Amino acid sequence: MAGGNGELKLLGMWSSPFVTRAKLALHIKCLPYEYVEEDLGNKSELFLSSNPVYKTVPVLIDNGKPICESSVIVQYIDDAFPGVGPSLLPADPYERAVARFWAAYIEDKVVTSWAPVFRVKTDEERAEAVRQTVAAVEVLEGGLKECSGGKGAFFGGDSVGYVDVLLGGLVSWLKANEPLTGTKLIDAAKTPLLAAWMERFCELDMAKAVLQDVDAVVEYAMALRARLAASAGNN
Amino acid sequence: MALFIKGVNYEYITEDLSNKSELLVSSNPVHKKVPVLIHNGNPICESLVIVQYVDEFFAGAGVPSILPADPYERAIARFWAAYVDDKFFPAMAGIVLVPTEQERVQKVKETFAAIEPLEEAFAVCSKGKAFFSGDSIGYVDLALRSLLIWIEVIRRMCGLEIISASKTPRLAAWAERFGETAAAKKVVPEADQALQYGKKLQAAASAAAASKSK
Repeated sequence: MAGGNGELKLLGMWSSPFVTRAKLALHIKCLPYEYVEEDLGNKSELFLSSNPVYKTVPVLIDNGKPICESSVIVQYIDDAFPGVGPSLLPADPYERAVARFWAAYIEDKVVTSWAPVFRVKTDEERAEAVRQTVAAVEVLEGGLKECSGGKGAFFGGDSVGYVDVLLGGLVSWLKANEPLTGTKLIDAAKTPLLAAWMERFCELDMAKAVLQDVDAVVEYAMALRARLAASAGNN
Repeated sequence: MALFIKGVNYEYITEDLSNKSELLVSSNPVHKKVPVLIHNGNPICESLVIVQYVDEFFAGAGVPSILPADPYERAIARFWAAYVDDKFFPAMAGIVLVPTEQERVQKVKETFAAIEPLEEAFAVCSKGKAFFSGDSIGYVDLALRSLLIWIEVIRRMCGLEIISASKTPRLAAWAERFGETAAAKKVVPEADQALQYGKKLQAAASAAAASKSK
């Protein structure tokens, strides 16, 4: 049975925001786990056999059974350990649908627009990706208003829920965007609710325990950009 | 299909996507897309979110489940449904929508590469039974089945067999079996109608690309 013996292993990479999501969920549920830092330039046998389709982190291994894709992992942690810690998704089916809608929005619009910022080679392409991401974040502000019902502090209402975990995993990278591209992705002037959310989220114990240092993320992203530029120069 | 499986009655409204109704735009202001399920006045958007909502709301003794009860099996089902949506569908849709032949060749390659893990996944998930979820239609079956009409459209438009008895025998057999179910017979659109729509989409995509490049 899932979640029986407490043998949880998380394969990850320190800078990955998607791995951070899994760590946040495990932390909220107070679930002990073994963390394995993967060298993505030299992937381990365990990693490759656990995620043959995508070969990406995170991978959660529960008693030898692998679960891949960060949002699937977070939902699994919620489903498989029901009596342990708070629930991440609400009980009501309609509220669950609203949470899932905004979770899908974060993946399909925010992350998808944003990922190219770290992959493209020209400044113009980067600026366009940033523009699209900012537009998506502005719509997400409406999502926070809807989910928190105006009374709560988080997408989950009074406490952290599924959407908070999915967005929370991205926080260090959201903050890193300004030093990297000159643009604030969560700007109190444009998206005040999200700005307050981010401040509130970062004060939580789970955030302090799990979120990456922003300077380290900036350094990592700049090294990645330099490697990309070098490979472009070599073509 | 999810509503049919659950035995739930509903009013179906066909939207003209070139002239979206007030109801659609106000129910799905973020994406302005179909499908939208409106239940008790509440709009639910995004097809897989709707399927999960229908599964959870209309649950009970004797009512078939779309997602399995076991958390690990649910995770596997969610993984493959996401794969269909995020990996397989964009490649396949690209065959019809990309403007240049070079891009189309790339999309065809990606699509044929993307179907292979699904063929393997069927063997693992079905455990020798009729559907991805076993004896009855489940979450991954629904996610993939809805794309079969477009696989047929691509076969007629481009002569490509994305699912075939020779290359993907398990999926080909699954598709045939699924086509025989009451759910498919009731719900799936006619291939001819879909073909006309596919041609319209392709023409629109080419026109948009041509005007962009001017």
